[in-house]
Amino acid sequence: MTTLPPPSERKLGLVIDLDTCVGCHACVVSCKGWNTENYGAPLSDRNAYGAAPEGTFLNRVHTFEVTPETGPPQIVHFPKSCLHCDNAPCVTVCPTGASYKRADDGIVLVNEADCIGCGLCAWACPYGAREMDPLEQVMKKCTLCVDRIYNDALPPEDREPACVRTCPAGARHFGDLADPESAVSQLVAERGGFDLMPEQDTAPVNKYLPPRPRDQLASPALPDLAALCATPEDAPAGFVGWLDRALERL
Amino acid sequence: MPKTPSLDLAPRPGDSVAKTTCYMCACRCGINVHLKDGKVAYIEGNRDHPVNRGVLCAKGSAGIMQHLSPARLRAPLKRVGPRGSGEFQEISWDEALKIATDWLRPLRETAPEKLAFFTGRDQSQSFTGWWAQAFGTPNWAAHGGFCSVNMAAAGIYTMGGSFWEFGQPDWDRTKLFLLFGVAEDHDSNPIKMGLGKLKARGARVIGINPIRSGYNAVADDWVGITPGTDGLFILSLVHELLRAGKIDLGYLTRYTNAPYLVCAHKGPEKGLFLRDDDGKPLVRDRATGRALAWDSPGISPDLAQGVQIGGVTHLPVFRHLADRYLAPDYAPEAVAERCGIAPERIRAIAAEIARVAFEEEITLDQPWVDFRGQRHATMTGRPVAMHAMRGISAHSNGFQTCRALHLLQILIGSIETPGGFRFKPPYPKPPEAHPRPHARHTAGEPLDGPHLGYPLGPEHLLIDEDGQPKRIDKAFSWEAPLSAHGMMHMVISNAHRGDPYQIDTLFLYMANMAWNSSMNTSAVMGMLTDTDAEGSYRIPRIIYSDAYSSEMVAYADLILPDTTYLERHDCISLLDRPICEAEAMADSIRWPVVAPDRDVRPFQSVLLDLGARLGLPGMVTEDGSPKFRDYADYITNHERRPGIGPLAGFRGDGTGKGRGAPNPDQIAAYIENGGFWIDPIPENAQFFKPWNAAYQEWAVARGLFDGPQPYLFNLYLEPLRKFQLAAEGHGHRQPPEHLRDRLRATMDPLPIWYPTFTDAETDPAEFPIHALTQRPMAHYHSWGSQNAWLRQIHGEAPLYVSAAIWARHGFAPGDWATLTSAQGRITLPVARMDALNAHTVWTWNAIAKRPGAWALDPRAPESQRSTLLNHLIGELLPPKGDGLTWANSDPITGQAAWYDLRVRIEKAARPQIQPDAGRQASPVPPAPRDLAQQVKE
Repeated sequence: MTTLPPPSERKLGLVIDLDTCVGCHACVVSCKGWNTENYGAPLSDRNAYGAAPEGTFLNRVHTFEVTPETGPPQIVHFPKSCLHCDNAPCVTVCPTGASYKRADDGIVLVNEADCIGCGLCAWACPYGAREMDPLEQVMKKCTLCVDRIYNDALPPEDREPACVRTCPAGARHFGDLADPESAVSQLVAERGGFDLMPEQDTAPVNKYLPPRPRDQLASPALPDLAALCATPEDAPAGFVGWLDRALERL
Repeated sequence: MPKTPSLDLAPRPGDSVAKTTCYMCACRCGINVHLKDGKVAYIEGNRDHPVNRGVLCAKGSAGIMQHLSPARLRAPLKRVGPRGSGEFQEISWDEALKIATDWLRPLRETAPEKLAFFTGRDQSQSFTGWWAQAFGTPNWAAHGGFCSVNMAAAGIYTMGGSFWEFGQPDWDRTKLFLLFGVAEDHDSNPIKMGLGKLKARGARVIGINPIRSGYNAVADDWVGITPGTDGLFILSLVHELLRAGKIDLGYLTRYTNAPYLVCAHKGPEKGLFLRDDDGKPLVRDRATGRALAWDSPGISPDLAQGVQIGGVTHLPVFRHLADRYLAPDYAPEAVAERCGIAPERIRAIAAEIARVAFEEEITLDQPWVDFRGQRHATMTGRPVAMHAMRGISAHSNGFQTCRALHLLQILIGSIETPGGFRFKPPYPKPPEAHPRPHARHTAGEPLDGPHLGYPLGPEHLLIDEDGQPKRIDKAFSWEAPLSAHGMMHMVISNAHRGDPYQIDTLFLYMANMAWNSSMNTSAVMGMLTDTDAEGSYRIPRIIYSDAYSSEMVAYADLILPDTTYLERHDCISLLDRPICEAEAMADSIRWPVVAPDRDVRPFQSVLLDLGARLGLPGMVTEDGSPKFRDYADYITNHERRPGIGPLAGFRGDGTGKGRGAPNPDQIAAYIENGGFWIDPIPENAQFFKPWNAAYQEWAVARGLFDGPQPYLFNLYLEPLRKFQLAAEGHGHRQPPEHLRDRLRATMDPLPIWYPTFTDAETDPAEFPIHALTQRPMAHYHSWGSQNAWLRQIHGEAPLYVSAAIWARHGFAPGDWATLTSAQGRITLPVARMDALNAHTVWTWNAIAKRPGAWALDPRAPESQRSTLLNHLIGELLPPKGDGLTWANSDPITGQAAWYDLRVRIEKAARPQIQPDAGRQASPVPPAPRDLAQQVKE
């Protein structure tokens, strides 16, 4: 079993805006591209062109339908990847120490050299955020693009996770959630950001912003010009009367 | 403490980066292609690029898998089995080009119209059209006729510009955004980026769409409208705004034809504008009560009163408009049931439009001068923006519906004003400034002018003295007078029938016409393989160019294999569909960032080669040798007008903007600049462009047009009235009898709504349900399924069924359904979806694949658990018993009416995809089983 480090001073993570996510999967594929080429073994695809393709993704978008008691049904797109929990059960369950949480920024990673592919961590994760690579048989998970965010080979503006850089709607935000002054912490405070499944006591670092209330438009109907016009009993004539006067005022 | 292994925290994404343009859909985003040792390692968005500002969608990020697709064709192919079988022999380019030349040369010398050349989703239409014009065939167009010509034509005819490439909401300022009928895949990154901006500042988004997925899922308010009724809903909003006087009278008076006087005399002038001796439309001057030319200095145009001439009162356009839409037919109560929207909801939306437009107006402290010479101290706008696409346009009432939407935008004064909708260069450009269509062909000679254009009356139709269409697709005939993009969806059907004449060679590029790009797919596959009494194919020869093993490949006789988008030159040109922004003119290129590893050639270079072999004018020098080495050479050196070429940037000595001599280093300059060129519009010219003197001057300087061309918006569209007059018996050119009533009814010069032809002619008891199709955000055209990453996101296309239909038919998870239309039947799996109009079902378009195509395993879910709605949608309406053929198209533009479809649904007895398209042999080797893609340095 593996021990967790003391709480880190910085807690790097994502804030995902469910009000804005259109479910386009841009984050899913950008992540696949970066992490196939970088960090450990490529994210493989078994039966890539076959009847039942089975590939590794570190981030997936799920879609849920919600029908409120009043008002029309709604669709919520829900991107999900590792939440880099403070109390990460995937770390403590690891028999080899391959699964670990970094002491200085809180990122949860898998050291592939020590991973024996037992899959215990995936069982322990209540979010289903880990995937066993079908070809390499090592555990794969979101690295928070640890090889981008500190990468001095990249321009400074690109030192953020691939999913954040690519998100067309700007629904993904990256930053230090331990710092109450950070932009992501402010966003969480303003928009009522929440933990996913808090009852699991995993203390996830990543936060979700809830969808704003939908279908609230209830503007009162427009008043009729007829009330303002010379001949209210005859709407078109009344309209022309209004028009004449309105044109005079132009 | 856990051990902390050492990590490589600074891997380089590549050893070099090549900046080019994406082609995973039609959005034309800028991409950084990171290369390692000459191989593609990673693709991300280009932060400097005006279209995507660094972001990139799922398709764009998966470009590496498209580039490495096992479905890539490897060499030219000659058919050796029967059409449709997919049996080919690889041949050399010399042989392929000789075959093509031997087929095409006799046609050009004797009957150039017997070549029908149609292109699909390519972005080189100004080039392919130029080639077809030089060849001399009238039969050329691209895919707009089955995509969104209603949107484009209604926009250009009404206000001199349309959506998407041609214009965009003022994302940075708008406070209320209405999105009508936009499918998930449309205008991918720009719409998402725009919605993101609105969401970030809490602006309200209203989605009007039968399906609440994608963009509509994040809309604050969703209007699950019944398909085909958008026009009625919009005109009801117009009714409400008029009823309350919430319209911008100043804007209407200054910038639209609202004050034009409409002739009320009976006879051939009725409904046309009253004009003076110089042909200038007249308006009533409120000061004098006299009818004066619209642009008379100091005039005060009237919208309320008409003038009496010869005992008849001629009213201004605005009075006709007000009388029509104030009528109780358009009251919310009158339209509610038909549209599936409660009256109070319609009222609330109208009230919100009025509130934001007139209580939250935006004023920019930016002086400007209008075309009348009047100086304005500020720019004031109504921050309500609207956007729409195929959902409102792909109906047989789509043109008038799109007109109705523009009417709504114009009435509140939100076009080309801050916070509203803005044009992008080369627009605004009124219909008069566009060409007229041409079709006069002569053996051995070029065509007499450009193929496509904007007719202004029956005199511009492409018909012969007997009224017969001159084009194989019957574009610009009485069947579709304003078919500004041609009618690609009719080509195979008409060519198969020999109606209006026989053709010899069908030449297609990047258009999967044997599958997802055709209406009536099963029948089209039959037409392509059908033979005459002698056993010869009815369409004698088919040449096709594609980069991949698509379904259409199997139906061609000769294949000219294209490259992938990373292996080619392209120009995203101002002459075509550029990448401009509302405040900048811009264009871009693709260039070969990697070399092909197969015996394939870029199609445009091949077309130039063919043109030179055929000796086409403009493609050979005086001694008959090829004028252009390849497409890059054409891009650099071709001039459409003196000083105007395919690329506007870095002309002449490298500093020319828009105008200038060809610059041999132009492409190098684009590459150096990140693959694009951009030139900002001056700040005093960024709004009110159709009427803004500074914009007009700037546009002339940049070569967008050769003289200022200010114009007024056409609330009342006089060219439509000219067609109506012909239908009423006036004029020399007369429509055929069977079309008179339809032309009279539909070509109304003010926007109208009428039920779609399918709604009007279908028994609602027999076919009670609407059926729709859209592409998902992560796929485009038919390309996505060959992509190992994208097909894991969308690998099958079930039929999504509304809760009401699900319950009524007792569906359970795992069930399959049979859908039946008047013209076909399909069987596919079902899934329940509640956020859907109650009378509607839908499925993904272009996920389904024919077994054997795209290098997929024939057992793939794309062929075993997916099918196309296309099998249910006729290119013709069901026979009416009059012996005539009636196109399933908009009667004005010929736009394919995909979304008119009505069906009935039943639980299927057997879980098996129907129809069975049969298996095609694959001309490419089997795909690898597993992938572990990595290009390590």
